[in-house]
Amino acid sequence: MKYTILIYESESDFKARTDEGRKAAYWGAYRAYTTALREAGVMTGGAALQPPHAGTTVRQRDGKRHVQDGPYAETKEQLGGFYEIDVPDLDTALQWAARCPAAAHGSVEVRPNLVM
Amino acid sequence: MSEARQAAHDAAALAARTAYGRLVAYLAARWRDVAAAEDALGDALVAALETWPRDGVPDKPEAWLFTAARRRLLDAARRAGVRAEAAADLRIVMDDTHGAGDASFPDERLKLLFVCAHPAIDETVRTPLMLQTVLGLDAARIAAAFVVAPATMGQRLVRAKAKIRDAGIRFEVPERRELPPRLEAVLEAIYAAYGTAWEDVDGADPRRRGLADEAIWLGRLVTRLLPGEPEALGLLALMLHCEARRAARRDADGRYVALAEQDVARWSRAAIEEAEQLLARAAEAGAPGRFQLEAAIQSVHAQRATSGRHTDWDAIALLYEGLIRIAPTIGARVGQAAALGEAGGPGAGLHALDAIPLDAVVAYQPYWALRAHLLARTGRPDDARACYARAIGLSEEPAVRAFLAARSAAVP
Repeated sequence: MKYTILIYESESDFKARTDEGRKAAYWGAYRAYTTALREAGVMTGGAALQPPHAGTTVRQRDGKRHVQDGPYAETKEQLGGFYEIDVPDLDTALQWAARCPAAAHGSVEVRPNLVM
Repeated sequence: MSEARQAAHDAAALAARTAYGRLVAYLAARWRDVAAAEDALGDALVAALETWPRDGVPDKPEAWLFTAARRRLLDAARRAGVRAEAAADLRIVMDDTHGAGDASFPDERLKLLFVCAHPAIDETVRTPLMLQTVLGLDAARIAAAFVVAPATMGQRLVRAKAKIRDAGIRFEVPERRELPPRLEAVLEAIYAAYGTAWEDVDGADPRRRGLADEAIWLGRLVTRLLPGEPEALGLLALMLHCEARRAARRDADGRYVALAEQDVARWSRAAIEEAEQLLARAAEAGAPGRFQLEAAIQSVHAQRATSGRHTDWDAIALLYEGLIRIAPTIGARVGQAAALGEAGGPGAGLHALDAIPLDAVVAYQPYWALRAHLLARTGRPDDARACYARAIGLSEEPAVRAFLAARSAAVP
């Protein structure tokens, strides 16, 4: 069963990506986590996303295109990336999600993929 | 209704009552969809009422219902456009092990209970979900027990079942390290089921008949599958202590009898002894908990039968104090006030009642019944009668209302 692990990070977490003092720890943790997923043979996809400021939201209403700077909603935590994993059940997915670096400071949502 | 029709109806009703939870659990564990399993079994029961009067009640009604429900699940999957090979897989899964010809299905109810207690399920709906899926209580009845609008409860249950189906929650008893929080929710649900049956003193509500036995049965199942879990042992001990007094709650004329006035000769010695043994076994773990304390309180009451002594209210008050520290429920606080009222006089009891916020007890019958009793003893007859009137208004059972009315009339 495929699940997507959605990673929500705070502004401080996004800053850690480039902060001289914190970036080694930040990326080190994600590299180790990604390696663990790969070695277990459960990772089927994923990507890290640029910070929310690089995002653009588009809505099509009444034939008109509305383009807006930034993510749709201003919330404290924003989508920072995702992993797609293939595991037998929710508990296994939750175990993997709990090991994700963001689980310790941001939050991690586990959502089953829709089977089409 | 013709005789055959009546017989078929009775047989279907009996099969539904005794086998509902087991069949739902067995179907759901294989199909991984609780709502679909319930729907299919519901259809099978309707089919039984149509077929059995004509063809006779089958030798193994449960197996018949299982086969019919399974056929419906497979049909529904086909209609929903499940790919042919997936449908074939499903058929194999459903034919697995104990087939339709065998009435002895492996009991999957404990697995289903733990699925309902999964942390991914909204906390407030876990117990209602267990009561509905495993014990077959209807949403309206559950809503009343949880003081929620029936439509709201219905929606919550539907949402929870969709979550179980879509999120891929495993139908398994959890591993040891995940067990404690989920076990707590399971025990909570079993106790809620027992409590629902217990309130129905007259046995007048057919939906609740047999529910006490089911709850005790589930309690036994948990202690058997997870031996040495002190709280599971405590819960079973608690239920057996209460069950021991079932017959004594009514006199020969069907009148309600309060605990203090019950004829101890009518208490079941066998149930009390078993409860005591379970409590002793639980104590070996050295980990007291809510259910062990509640069972211990009932154990003190039970000593009236075994030792012939008067009830040790000081001991009961002390146990309630411990209970309130772990689980500060309104029930525990009112129970403690009752014990203090007996041990230290009505003033002490009223003092304890006054410490409970009033808005928490507006509709809590035991509070008003106790308050009335204590006021009568302190020589405040008018206040006592007013509280009795309030308690009577909050009592569902006619026999309890009659008992309280008699008490109120006896206030000097």
